[in-house]
Amino acid sequence: MFSTFDPLQGKRLTIMNESGEIVAPEWMPKLPDDKIVDAYKTMLYARIGDLKAVSYQRQGRLYTLPTNIGQEAAAVGSALALEKTDWMVPAYRELGAWLVKGATMRDYFFYFGGSEEGSRYPDGTRLLPVSVPITSQLTHAVGIGFASNYKGEKDVVITYFGDGGSSQGDFHEALNWAAVFSCPTIFFCNNNGYAISLPREKQTKSKTIAQKAIAYDMPGIQIDGNDLFAVYRATSEAVKYARDGNGPVLIEAITYRLGAHTTSDDPSRYRSAEEEKEWEAKDPLLRLRVWLEKKGLWDDAKEKDYSEEATSDIESQFAEFEQYKATPIEDIFKYTFEEMPDSLKEQMIEVRNHVNRMGG
Amino acid sequence: MAVMNLVQAINSALDLKLADDKNIVLFGEDAGFEGGVFRVTDGLQEKYGEKRVFDTPLAESVLIGAGIGMAVNGLRPICEIQFSGFMYPAFNQIISHVSRMRTRTRGMFSVPMVIRAPYGGGIRALEHHSESTEAIYGHIPGLKVVIPSTPYDAKGLLISAIEDNDPVLFLEPKKIYRAIKQDVPEEIYRIKIGKASVLQQGEQLTIVAYGAMSRVVQQAIQHAKKDGYSIELIDLRTIYPFDKQTIVESIRKTGRLLVVHEAARTFGVAAELMAIANEEAFLHLEAPPARVTGYDTVIPLPKGEDFYFPDAARVYEAIKKTIKF
Repeated sequence: MFSTFDPLQGKRLTIMNESGEIVAPEWMPKLPDDKIVDAYKTMLYARIGDLKAVSYQRQGRLYTLPTNIGQEAAAVGSALALEKTDWMVPAYRELGAWLVKGATMRDYFFYFGGSEEGSRYPDGTRLLPVSVPITSQLTHAVGIGFASNYKGEKDVVITYFGDGGSSQGDFHEALNWAAVFSCPTIFFCNNNGYAISLPREKQTKSKTIAQKAIAYDMPGIQIDGNDLFAVYRATSEAVKYARDGNGPVLIEAITYRLGAHTTSDDPSRYRSAEEEKEWEAKDPLLRLRVWLEKKGLWDDAKEKDYSEEATSDIESQFAEFEQYKATPIEDIFKYTFEEMPDSLKEQMIEVRNHVNRMGG
Repeated sequence: MAVMNLVQAINSALDLKLADDKNIVLFGEDAGFEGGVFRVTDGLQEKYGEKRVFDTPLAESVLIGAGIGMAVNGLRPICEIQFSGFMYPAFNQIISHVSRMRTRTRGMFSVPMVIRAPYGGGIRALEHHSESTEAIYGHIPGLKVVIPSTPYDAKGLLISAIEDNDPVLFLEPKKIYRAIKQDVPEEIYRIKIGKASVLQQGEQLTIVAYGAMSRVVQQAIQHAKKDGYSIELIDLRTIYPFDKQTIVESIRKTGRLLVVHEAARTFGVAAELMAIANEEAFLHLEAPPARVTGYDTVIPLPKGEDFYFPDAARVYEAIKKTIKF
């Protein structure tokens, strides 16, 4: 596949177009219908989760957060290509992927509601916490892959970043290391056209981000990131390639965040309403829903039922989060080291005494 | 027992731990085949193979960042940064991830990593090769910082650092890499991180030093003894977490504190220890806590460095001044 879609030739993998039609049946992944329905449900669940989160944020019940809205196919499709024992090293805008990997909306609410508890995923989830310093996490994915090779295990790693992140030194250092040591690492770029306000064209002179792989002698492929089938197929190929011991792969998924960078951002300052409208028509949920409906796998009633089910589930997880009032003082200190040094114990007692004096 | 210098003692610690734990990997720029520019890792690749002791591409950020991933996935990386002055490209990784992975994940993941780097000046080196940066790292929550001053301490502390489940920055004073020889046990032994060592007992003044400065202070104390002064010398060994108890007990006994380091003065380790003297031993003080340090300048190139680094004469002057206050 990688040789067919040469980024230097301007090739991009699309399997399902914006109207939900299969335009490249030869690449259609062999996914059972129920799996595709599940994928759609997860995308819808993530969409509802994000919309609820924005609404809670607007009510002052969550803090600043970056939604995944518009990028659900890239998130869910790529994560579905992984096995349970594979690793995921996120950036911060991949809610759909985290949900597939085993995180919950409860975790999401905790993290963006102001508690580190949100990064304590269920045991064995093999999901690293959100990484805010742009692209720094790519190097961790390289090391995880290195360790996988070292131990003779077959686990691969996927890591996410954005178009802006491709300008960081860590992007280049990570790709180079991964190639030199043949690490089973999949670098998944969510190219949503903007790094906050800076458009992709001003980020790099390269015509594609995928072509940057060529310098490191690894496959690079550009795909339609709003096409679940293209995302799933390309990531599956990359996973197989990496698992077979061939080394890393770079995937550039062309997508668009239909929301703001974060709840503190106002995209109307840097992009036009026409452009947003154009991308609304390319919504990854819409086209998959059209395809599912044509196949008789989905309809308005199912959409309504599942949306209600998801909403109620998400609301109950939010209610659980809202029970949590404040971080226990001990928790602020006790995870700094395995064993707390005396100086930290003293400081912990100091704050505890102060709080007690102030009446708790 | 075998007579070893600092380089040999560190090599011995690495050798024993590599033999002891298959999950330990050692890597750095020129640290594999070449054995490092100071030959500290000499012979280790030959003995343990390229899989476990290897050279990395010339890129410090991914050197540390990949180490984080390895640690998260079950390995125990020992990373060598060729000179402490070249650690800055990895600063983001160290501060944003190495030191806080345990906190961020509520203990789900930790980074049992040792970052070794030759540090300090006094070897007539090129620009960027003489930095003393311990205070920068001592300020970062979640990071331990160790600086040995003898071959015996270097080996015992490094073994503890490698076995520690938290990240340890192990700064090796290159000025004394080969300057001190000592009987060192050939087997594994440990020196507790966070515990200082009282090198000399005394009654009139507490001096705290570490790294290459320990030796300089000992020379100054030789002179001071001839004048009849009784001085207690504490080798700090660990910059963070430092041994407050030993220092405070000593100050309460002697009533005076002098801290000596080659790093720049302002916001340095001495400033922290003087603050501790104020907080914990104020009513015992007979003189203002004092310090002999490098200056708040860029570290001069070799033609100027003798003015910069504390020597025995500067320390001796400060001893007299503090005791006579």
